[in-house]
Amino acid sequence: MAEILVLVDHVDGEVKKVTLELLTLANRLGEAAAVYVGSGYESVKDKLAEYGAGKVYVAADEELTSYVVAPTAALLAQLVGEKSPAAVLVAATGEGKEVAGRLAVKLNSGVLTDVVDVSADLVGEHSIFGGALVAHAKVKTGTPIIAVRPNSIAPEAAPATPAEEQVSVTLSDTDKAAKIVESVVEEKGERPDLTEAAIVVSGGRGVGSGDNFKIIEGLADSLGAAVGASRAATDAGWYPHQFQVGQTGKTVSPQLYIAVGISGAIQHRAGMQTSKTIVAINKDAEAPIFELVDYGVVGDLFQITPQLTEEITKRK
Amino acid sequence: MNIVVLVKQVPDTESPRKLKSEGSTLDRGAADGVINELCEYAIEEALLIKEAQGGEVTVVTMGPDKATDSIRKSLAMGADKAVHLVDDALVGSDALQTSYAIQQVLGRTGFDLVVLGSESTDARTGVLAAMLAERLGVPQLSLANKVEINGSAITIQRQTDSGYDKVEASLPAVVSVVEKINEPRYPSFKGIMAAKKKPVESLSIADAGIDAGQVGLANASTEVVDFNEAPPRAQGQIVTDEGDGGSKIAEYLASKKFV
Repeated sequence: MAEILVLVDHVDGEVKKVTLELLTLANRLGEAAAVYVGSGYESVKDKLAEYGAGKVYVAADEELTSYVVAPTAALLAQLVGEKSPAAVLVAATGEGKEVAGRLAVKLNSGVLTDVVDVSADLVGEHSIFGGALVAHAKVKTGTPIIAVRPNSIAPEAAPATPAEEQVSVTLSDTDKAAKIVESVVEEKGERPDLTEAAIVVSGGRGVGSGDNFKIIEGLADSLGAAVGASRAATDAGWYPHQFQVGQTGKTVSPQLYIAVGISGAIQHRAGMQTSKTIVAINKDAEAPIFELVDYGVVGDLFQITPQLTEEITKRK
Repeated sequence: MNIVVLVKQVPDTESPRKLKSEGSTLDRGAADGVINELCEYAIEEALLIKEAQGGEVTVVTMGPDKATDSIRKSLAMGADKAVHLVDDALVGSDALQTSYAIQQVLGRTGFDLVVLGSESTDARTGVLAAMLAERLGVPQLSLANKVEINGSAITIQRQTDSGYDKVEASLPAVVSVVEKINEPRYPSFKGIMAAKKKPVESLSIADAGIDAGQVGLANASTEVVDFNEAPPRAQGQIVTDEGDGGSKIAEYLASKKFV
């Protein structure tokens, strides 16, 4: 069976969960071959092996991660040429999709973005127009490049003994045109990444102020969840923009999504509609969010949310 | 400075969006067309850069005749002129082909800076900036929430999951912007009137030097196999809080093994 290249998404010496999902998917489609770019491979190798990376291409040169996206695309293009994989899988994150885009141009290959599943014949499933339509699409030209939405595939442990191969690529001047001179980490605490989290608790207009977001954070922390916000809340400056869930923000697909004080306009629904279980708290019984919920409570979020947090803490 | 801003007209997300059964392309007649939200931030950023640096802002749009609405709005906001790539041969082009077509148009307009939104609300592929930078061989300054220009040096803050990366490059460059970057202005009455007199050049693919064999549905690198309406979610249970709403949710979560 042909190799399926999986671009490893890693940060601070840890593999992102989406990579494990991609490895699981890759082994359904062929033989998973992980591509690790940058320093720190030693700290993640066991995790990649545990989730079925039969092969790992390691490009350890730190220079590859010193520039925006282009060096990674150059490396992948070279590997596709040498190894003739059946497909390349990346995470459908902002950066993952950009890698896919550059790679598509280099290879003159079709690219599918934001798929939620891939069948054995490499047809990708998309949830489009804010979840209103399910479309299937395939690549007609070149090696399929497929960006998969995090939290779409259940990762399965499948221990392998990876064959490791050190690889390198010579960067052109244009690969080095956009230099990353500093990475600034803003406060995030111990919460999981929004797009990767199994549980997301989001606050909206009803929360009323940035200070009140402590209520949302409290509930999130009781569940080990990530915190999200609607556009109304981020526009008002109550919560940072990178936590916005919705059409112009992040798309999330967690096991459990709790919407607090969010009416559920299409702008928001587009970013969370594929969540598996949806719970909402809103004072307006007519709020469109209630059309989506598995469980909803009509009432005052300032009464209900702290009570919920307390109950969860008690049950632990 | 020669600033080109890419503007896309998209179906209004508030109106029903459909695909056509033939070719599975967007049914642009089914929904009202509006300017893509993130494009407004791109236009605003282009105008701010022009105001600080001098130069000219050219709007480039690829799309059907109807897209003139978005072009007029861009001009009313303050862009100086527009180029509208409009040709039936472009219908059904995918992202890879679109990036090729726009590259050809940019070859005509020239540019010091190309500014675009990081994603459209319809296709949401988020790949165009990367594809264009790759094709043009210029720096990719994408997902910017801040842009600073000093002579030919350009620095952006690239939004990441944990904060931002500071990225340096030299012009010419491609910049894609995220929502946080600015507050788009509303067109003034004066701007709307002035927009009517601003030049809009309409280009066919032949005018732009675009090879017909590299664009359009039949030559696309991807293909929609089928599509269906998503199955509706089953109606959930909705209760009114009687002082125990929080406890009730906790019970529900426990029944689903979340706690």
